[in-house]
Parts: sequence; C-alpha cells; structure tokens
Amino acid sequence: MPAVVAEVDVAVIGAGVVGTAVGRHLAVAGASVAVIDRAADVGDGTSKANTAVLHTGFDTTPGTLESRLVARGHGLLADYAAAAGIALERTGALLVAWDDEQEAALPGLAAKAEANGYRSARLLDAAGVRALEPHLGPGARAGLSVPDEWVIDPWSVTLAFATEAAGAGARFVLSSPVGRIATGDAGHEIEVPGGVVRARWLVNAAGLGADRIDAQLGHHDFTVTPRRGQLLVFDKLARRLLGRILLPVPTARTKGVLVSPTTWGNVLLGPTAEDLDDRTDTASTAAGTDALLAAGRRILPALVDEEVTAVYAGLRAATEHVDYQVRLHAGQAYVSIGGIRSTGLTSALALAEHVVDLLADAGASWPGHPVRSVPPAMPPLGQGQVRPLQDPGRIAGDPAYGTALCHCEGVSRGEVRDACHGVLAVADLGGVRRRTRAMNGRCQGFYCGAAVVALVAAETGTDPAALTRAPQ
Amino acid sequence: MNDPAVLVVGAGPAGLTAARELAAAHVGGVLVVDREGEPGGVPRHCGHTGFGLQDLHRSVTGPRYARHLADRAQRTGATLRLATTVTDLGADGTVGLAGPGGIERLRPRAVVLATGARERPRAARLVPGDRPAGVLTTGQLQQWVAAGLPVGRRAVVVGAEHVAYSAVLTLRHAGVATVAMVTALPRHQTLPAFALATRLGLRVPLRSSSRVAGLHGHGRLEAVEVEDLLTRAVERVAADTVVFTGDWVPDHDLARRSGLAVAPSTLGPVTDGWGRTSCAGVVAAGNLVHPGETAGRAALGGRAAARRLADDLRAGAGVPAVRGVPLRVAAPLASVVPTVVDPADPPPDLLLRTAAFGARRTVVARQDGRELGRQGLRHAVPGRSLRVRGSLVAGADPAGGGVELSLG
Repeated sequence: MPAVVAEVDVAVIGAGVVGTAVGRHLAVAGASVAVIDRAADVGDGTSKANTAVLHTGFDTTPGTLESRLVARGHGLLADYAAAAGIALERTGALLVAWDDEQEAALPGLAAKAEANGYRSARLLDAAGVRALEPHLGPGARAGLSVPDEWVIDPWSVTLAFATEAAGAGARFVLSSPVGRIATGDAGHEIEVPGGVVRARWLVNAAGLGADRIDAQLGHHDFTVTPRRGQLLVFDKLARRLLGRILLPVPTARTKGVLVSPTTWGNVLLGPTAEDLDDRTDTASTAAGTDALLAAGRRILPALVDEEVTAVYAGLRAATEHVDYQVRLHAGQAYVSIGGIRSTGLTSALALAEHVVDLLADAGASWPGHPVRSVPPAMPPLGQGQVRPLQDPGRIAGDPAYGTALCHCEGVSRGEVRDACHGVLAVADLGGVRRRTRAMNGRCQGFYCGAAVVALVAAETGTDPAALTRAPQ
Repeated sequence: MNDPAVLVVGAGPAGLTAARELAAAHVGGVLVVDREGEPGGVPRHCGHTGFGLQDLHRSVTGPRYARHLADRAQRTGATLRLATTVTDLGADGTVGLAGPGGIERLRPRAVVLATGARERPRAARLVPGDRPAGVLTTGQLQQWVAAGLPVGRRAVVVGAEHVAYSAVLTLRHAGVATVAMVTALPRHQTLPAFALATRLGLRVPLRSSSRVAGLHGHGRLEAVEVEDLLTRAVERVAADTVVFTGDWVPDHDLARRSGLAVAPSTLGPVTDGWGRTSCAGVVAAGNLVHPGETAGRAALGGRAAARRLADDLRAGAGVPAVRGVPLRVAAPLASVVPTVVDPADPPPDLLLRTAAFGARRTVVARQDGRELGRQGLRHAVPGRSLRVRGSLVAGADPAGGGVELSLG
C-alpha cells in the first residue's frame, strides 16, 4: 500500500494563479484541500511569465465564459490587491493604430467593448493619442483609450492566494509531479512521488498539463498547444517614457506586441506568439528578441536605447478553442479547467467562484466550517509603494530593513530574511526573486548575487550549492 | 549630522581619492557614502596584484588597495558612512540618504558622483536561450569565490580583455577549468604575455571572431553555443558555468535621475576634464565617467576633479556647470572622455577608446574642418584606453563648433 500523503475533500492539481485561487476559495469555505504541483514553489509555471495586465475584458469575445469571468475578476482582484497590499497601478491602456487597417479596426473594438459591458473606452484621433503619450514613435494615427486596464504584481497575487489558502488549512504538495490517477466510487487516488493523495473531488488546474490530466479521466475535450511568449524587460530609467499600457490593435494579420509599465517600475515589451510542441521550451531566441526590438523601436523609439534588464519567455496554455474550457463531470466528482490564457491572472478569483459553484451544483458539501479569513498582508514590492528602505518606522524597529542588499531593486536584508521564513518556504533563488525582487534588477546579481545566496543559505539552512544547482 | 561641505557618493578608488584630496584641502567636512558594507568598490574583490601602479606608484592586491585608499581618506579627515544609499539629489540642493540608521536629508555645498561601473550581464547583451543557473559576470564570480560559494567545474569565459584573463585565474583558483574564451574580435586585447600564458600554460583555447549564440540547460547550465562569425559554424561547448566579462556600463542611475546630461558614447555624465557636469554643484569622476578604465585611472580622475572642486569652493563663487566645446570621435574611435573641453583650460589627458585594432596610428583633432593638432599612438586595442594630450585641443575656438577626433 502506498503512503497516504493527504486525505482531503478536494485535490487541486496545479499551483498556479488559478489552482491557488481555487484552493483558497475552497479552504476558506471549509473544505480540506491539497494543492499539488510538480514545481517546488507555487506560481512557478505559466503564471510567473505573465504580462501582468489586469484586464477589463473589453476585447474578449462577447458572450463567452472568459468575457464574464474577466469582467468580474477585474473588480475582485482589484479589491483583493488593495486588501493584501499587492502593488497595482491604475495606468489605463491605449490601443495605438499605426496604419489604415488598424485605424479601421478601432470602431469595431469600441463596439466590442460595449458588447462586453465595458463602457469607458474612448476613440482618440492622432492628436489625442500624442497628447497622452508624447514619446510614441512617428505615425500613430488614432487610438482607443481603455482607462481600466491596469498593471499588477502577478507574483504576489499567486503567493497571496497560496498564503491565505495555507492559513485556512490547505496543504501544498509541491515538487510532486502527478502520476496515475485512479478514480472510483470513493473518489480519487492521485499518485505523487511520496505516495498518494486521496480526495473526494478533483479539480484540474494543471495549465500546460491540463489536457493530459483530463485524458487520464477519459476526456479529450481540448488539446494544449503551448504558445511561447518572449518578453523583454527594460531598465527603470525607461519608465518615464510612457504613462499607460500601449496595446496593439489586433488585425487579421497580426496580434502585435504591447509596451507596458510594470509595478516594479520597469517597462515590458512583448510577447511574441509562437506555437510550439515542446511544453518545456521557455528559451528566448535571437529572432524573437530582434522582432521585439523592431516593434519597440516603432512604438516607443527611445525605449530601445535603454538597457535591457531581463529577457524571458513564458508558455501560454492555449487550446484549439476560443473560450476557456471549464467542465464539470459530476459523475466523476471532477472539474477540469483548460485553455486559461494570459487573462487567467485577472479572472482567477471569478474562475474560483465559478468552479466552486459547479462543485455545489454537483452536490459537493464540506464537513468543515467556513474559515474567517482575510487577505494576507503581502510585502510592499511596488515601485509606487513605500518600501522598507523608505520607511523610517520599519527601519527604527529593525535596522535590517534599512540595510540594502539588492541595490538595483531597493531590497533590504530584512525582506530577504523574512522571505526565508514565510508560510510558503523558499525553494530556490527564483522563489526569492518572486517574493522580494532581489536580483531582478539591472545588474542581475553583479553586486548582490553572492550576498543574497549566502544570506538565503544561512537563513534556510540550505547548501548554497543546492540553491545555485552547482555541481559538487 | 551636520551638513558636509562635500558629499562624495561612492567609496571606490575615485570617490576615496577625491575625498582625501578634498579633506587635505580643508574645504570643510567631507562625507563619503557607500551603499556597500565595506569601502573600496570593485578592487575589494580582486585578489590579484597590479593595483596602485598609476596612482600610488607601487603594486598591491585589490583588497589592500581598497583598504589603503579608505584608511588614507579617513586619516586625512574624511568621514565614511557605509551601508547607506544616496536615494536622490533634490532640485533644492538637498541629498537623500537611507541606511540602517534611518532616512535623512543633507545639504552639502557640492556633490561628487563616483558611483562606478558594472559589467553588462547576460540579459543586457541579449544572449538568447534558456535561463539556467551558472551564468555570471566577473564581478559576481569574484564575490562568489570570495564568499566561498561553489562555482562549477567547466567554464566558458566571454571576452578577451584583461578582465577576462583575470576571470580565468579566479576560476582556476576556485577549481574551475576554463574550456574556452570567446571574443568577437579577431584577437585578444590583453598583454601578449597574459594571452600566451593562458593559452599554453593553462591550455585555454581562445575562440576569436566568435560569439556566444545561445545558452542551454534546465536548472543548471549544460552547454554554450559558440558561433564562428567567419564560417557561421555553431558548436555546442559543454559547460556548467559561463562568465560574461567586460562590456562596462556606468552606474548612472542616480546621475540620470538627477537630470544630468549623459554622453551617448559612454553613457556616463557629460563632463569637462575636471568632472564638472551639466548640473552646477555636481561633479562626476571615475568609471562613472569613463567605464572600464583601471582603478588607478579612476583614482587619478577623482584626484583631478577634487583639486579643481576645492579651488572652486575656496573661491566661494559656487561650483559651475560644464561649459566649453563638445568633443566627439569618428569611427573606428568609439568614445572620448571628457566630452566637453574648455580650450583655455583643457585637462592633461584625453581618454580614447577604439572599436578596432590598429598599429602606429595618428589621432587628429579638427574643429570646423580646421586641424588643431595630431599625436601618434603606440597601439590601438579595443577595450583599452588610448591617452592623448589634452593640449591637442587647446587651439580650439571657444565659440566654434564641436571638436572631432579621428584616426589619421
């Protein structure tokens, strides 16, 4: 008999933004929950390479589940971020048309926004566009202003959901790729390296692996075709070049790339859209970088004169369907969630509500009592927030908050120390980066790399070789 | 604390040397602020010798050099404050400081920016591929080794300047074999003796006219893709570590946020030969102004700027902004420092950089088509400074156009 790792009301496969949101909702509602992921940390897959836009859903296909959940999720996540102290900047967005075809598409997009229930979009002429964004390249013809598209810190969102879920009793079964799933009358037995997780109900939020989990339960409703998005992060000195998210006007020929401020004070350029077969290929390519720089040079010429701070690529869990694929299989006590694209960050809380409603429809009930829970207080990581190094009160209370460790990102020793002792343990340097911003800046560790490794190793009792995966 | 007469930002060779000169000149209080916990800047982590040749006229190791400069500045009367970040230079003349003691604002009479330079990391060089662990810069490698952290076993070193050869030695010291050095240039840029000893003594092959075309590895680096720029042949070199060396970029964040004009050729502040910037009261020196020069050259720059600043402070009329005629270069020259000269008051030296190798070349200075002067060069090696006399531009018309330096 394999060891029983956990025996719970609901097992959620996938600890990305969607899985943690579902886990949180269920745990707070009184269910016993296990959230399972192959990675050693939450939010370490598709969720970590998001464009970080809090979408209104103005350009989703009207009448779809995505349209409804993004619209609802926008408000839910904005409120949640405010309560948890997660950085959010109400920048607004501007779609910029650069040619006849794009200009002609704008009125249709404005009508689509209305059809999606979004009524604040406004068409602008060339002068109106230029007045909003004076650093745009020559040739901007017209625009559509969408004032409620905002930017948010995407890493803190997943971490907050997971922290709150854990506080409400959810178990996180990490570093645990799922093996065989046995589904019977008594529920599910999910094989993980440490044994099995037994659950009455199963929620599949496995992102890039969702179709494979689905297939194990006998369903072939969608196929995940990973779509790689390469992104360039520019130096904070570029932040002055734009006020809002600059969105492309999608046409039949191309979807285009966006230029966006980030809550960390950088500027993001991307993503590319490349359909791949390999579900692990997050490499950047010379062609991708060149294409992004060419696009960036047109949109915001001064941007490409600034230094690039980071180049990364994420995989979107695209499917052959236009809409999200959320299905209840009541007879199997199973809900599958597929095809959640980059809008999943915005819709996560609404998606969690929807999934819990589906479970209730199928007769699920929880023996436990609902938990009184409030969003956890997340570290202030936003450039617009008061960071510990800027906070005399915190420094007076503990000088470690006044001692800079990562200079480029303004991260104190105290913050990195705290990240090592949080509810969700730091597994590697990536986890430290996502929790604190340390080493994410322009020098990429030239100044602080060794000091961060030494501190994290000491605080967590980890061998530095393991943290850097150095051969022994 | 009381407002200092001069606030020096950065306790590296330029800042510490400037502080010592200012303290010796009795201009009032001199406060040196550094964000690190230890003074000395980049030399702190360079275990090899050769530091001090230009400014102290003797050769010591980096850590000894750092300590010496810090001790000397303090003995002369400068105050050092460490683990403290200068957050901003306010438009009102005040300067923000943040550190373990809290947050405060000071109002110095002048500020010396000596924030130094760093190597461009992998991302800024747009090297494609995976994002595994094991990707370092020389500065990072040196600190890694100094902290006793494990590095790896097989390394590729990117670059062939002095600093790249220094990285090979640091790697060797840490038990890491360098399996290749890669440079896009047709040959190395260091002293022939270093290159020969590395190639034959340490058996490190130099792949010239080549570039790193990609990194591969999930988790840890596994291979480096090296492309021959002449044949376009690509080879995967197995390695768990890659060190990106050189390609210095000034740490100009504070300078730019404070509104200082920046020279496109160096990305450092626009200065005259005495460190004056576009902002009255703010002086810049060291590798912030001329990235990639030796510590000694940075120290000499700090000294020259400090002496002139002391004169200005004693004269009591304030510290002026830069003025003069712009100085620029024509290809294959890549940059010149300073970027502005007052023909009546040129600095002793102009520091040039070239993008291409050349021997026995002549530098010609021209203004509005008129030749001002010329000087022969012993060598022209990319990544190494070429010095010519400042008097070369002394004949320029202060009311004329920019002065251009080119190779004749």
